[in-house]
Amino acid sequence: MVDVTITAASHQNWKPIVAAAFSDPKVAVGGGFILLLIILALGADLIAPHDPLAQDLMLGSLPPVGMAGTEPGYWLGTDDLGRDVLSRFIHGTRIALTVAFVAATIAATVGTVVGLLAGYFGGWIDVVVSRLIEIWMAFPAVLLSILIVAILGSGMHSVIIAIAIIDWTRFARVVRAETMAQRQADYVTASTVLGFSRLGILAGEILPNVLWVVLGLFTLELGLAVVIEAILSFVGLSVSSDTPTWGGMIAQGRGIIYQAWWVFALPLAGLLATVLAFNQLGAGLRRSLDPVMQR
Amino acid sequence: MIGLITKRAGMAAVTLFGVAVVVFGLLRVAPGDPIAMMIGPGATADDILRLRASYGLDQPLINQFWIWLGSLLQGDFGTSISRRIDVGQLLLERLPATIELALMALLVSMVLGGFIAIIGTLWRRHWASGAIDGVNGVLLAIPEFVWALALVLALGVAFPVLPLSGRINPSLTTDFRTGFSLLESLLIFRFDLAADLARHMTMPVLALALPLAGIIARVLREALSEAMMQDYVTLARVKGMSELRLILFEAMRNAIGPTLALTGVQFTFLIGGTVIVEKIFSYPGLGNMAIDAVVNRDFPLIQGLVLMFGVIFILINLLVDFAVVAFNPRLRHG
Repeated sequence: MVDVTITAASHQNWKPIVAAAFSDPKVAVGGGFILLLIILALGADLIAPHDPLAQDLMLGSLPPVGMAGTEPGYWLGTDDLGRDVLSRFIHGTRIALTVAFVAATIAATVGTVVGLLAGYFGGWIDVVVSRLIEIWMAFPAVLLSILIVAILGSGMHSVIIAIAIIDWTRFARVVRAETMAQRQADYVTASTVLGFSRLGILAGEILPNVLWVVLGLFTLELGLAVVIEAILSFVGLSVSSDTPTWGGMIAQGRGIIYQAWWVFALPLAGLLATVLAFNQLGAGLRRSLDPVMQR
Repeated sequence: MIGLITKRAGMAAVTLFGVAVVVFGLLRVAPGDPIAMMIGPGATADDILRLRASYGLDQPLINQFWIWLGSLLQGDFGTSISRRIDVGQLLLERLPATIELALMALLVSMVLGGFIAIIGTLWRRHWASGAIDGVNGVLLAIPEFVWALALVLALGVAFPVLPLSGRINPSLTTDFRTGFSLLESLLIFRFDLAADLARHMTMPVLALALPLAGIIARVLREALSEAMMQDYVTLARVKGMSELRLILFEAMRNAIGPTLALTGVQFTFLIGGTVIVEKIFSYPGLGNMAIDAVVNRDFPLIQGLVLMFGVIFILINLLVDFAVVAFNPRLRHG
């Protein structure tokens, strides 16, 4: 019976907190934009006005609506091969979001588990984890991700693995520090005195209190993963060149920037807005969900 | 203090060893036989065996590692497969360009970040401080890759005021003795060259500097605001010191230490960012070469580059540790 009161005390009244989160303007704006992207990604086949791969050299390098020489139906213009830029952008959200969500989930899971173990048990586990994190920090992240994809061979799986490998330390570092702080808290001491198992305390007591921090980091990581995927496809190492990606469009647009700047500008704007949206969402969630900041 | 420094240096050595192990491991799991890449198509099986033996590749993995590490410690990084030049020589050729770029970006981020923090603290009760925070939030949210592309579009295409690629206009006669072109051109009073180098550096420097400026501004601003509430600042205010002087000469003394420590650590991330930024602007430094090396599967060059970045990062972290200890009296006797 006693443990129920202790647990309840550390995260009581979650309903109003969640309600507050959704009314936070940062969550609303950031989350709204991300929701729009998710809808675009899921419904790309229905929403995109054209086949993203269909070439028509007669319709090459058409400018966006509002400029001279547009063609009806091609709202944001075409690239030098006559492919519809808007449709390619919409299909590009698929790769961007799939990679972001899968890679960030793997990085968050691995990092959180490792950070919890290192922070709670200390000793040799902590020494090994801290060393590993320090070694990881000695590699330039972008170079390491490019190298990993080059070794694994290009493709979406490699990109996801590369992002998870380079970014688990972001979670491990913070969760480790947070766990060390929580370990000193009264509720943990109380649970220990009550004779709870150490793994039980870790999973049942500390994890729920660390999860808020992880959620904030996870949201930021989603934005970073979108950027790393864009970098990898910009360099030409992500998915095959048939599949439209934002990074691939940017690289292609960079080559024809003086003839058709819109091929470059649209995916860049998408990237910019996505990073800012995840950032706002993360900041808003942290502000309204973190029990520490509530106090 | 000596004990602490020895301990940190020892830890740095362990980290460096770990980096070497990871690099060795990564390159061993990479597909493709390095010998097959080095040797011409006309080689016989005997030639290949002899070459394998001469590189120690016929030995057990653990022996291979020690042989590899031994040659690295003697400064032998092997020969670049794609460029047919000694890797060590290539690294030394490219390093100065990256150092100039990274240091300029660090300087710009400190000036810009410091300026934002000071203005924000000065106007902390003014409505404009909210706008400054907003701008700052955007600065630090956007990574250098996205800044670089946005700058290309804004200052290279929409308002074409800056060159889009390279380090210097190829038509300018350059016979620099060192790789530190900007510094050298200033020292020999060739301001025309310096101006052209600076124009080429502006966009990559900004792309690298803007996110760090945002971080510096946020941390310094918080530290300054906290310091402004201390008694000694109030005392100086009562004595009639102006707000700006209070911030610059009183609060700054306490706020600058932690900010510089954080800047040091963040500087390694900035150097990591040079990889993609140099690529975007075709700036002839280490990072640009690194991406080409990976795309060309030039493994000797890749390993040299990764190790070089590792050494630079570990050294910077070590210097920051030393500086923190040296400037913090409480840690000095630890």
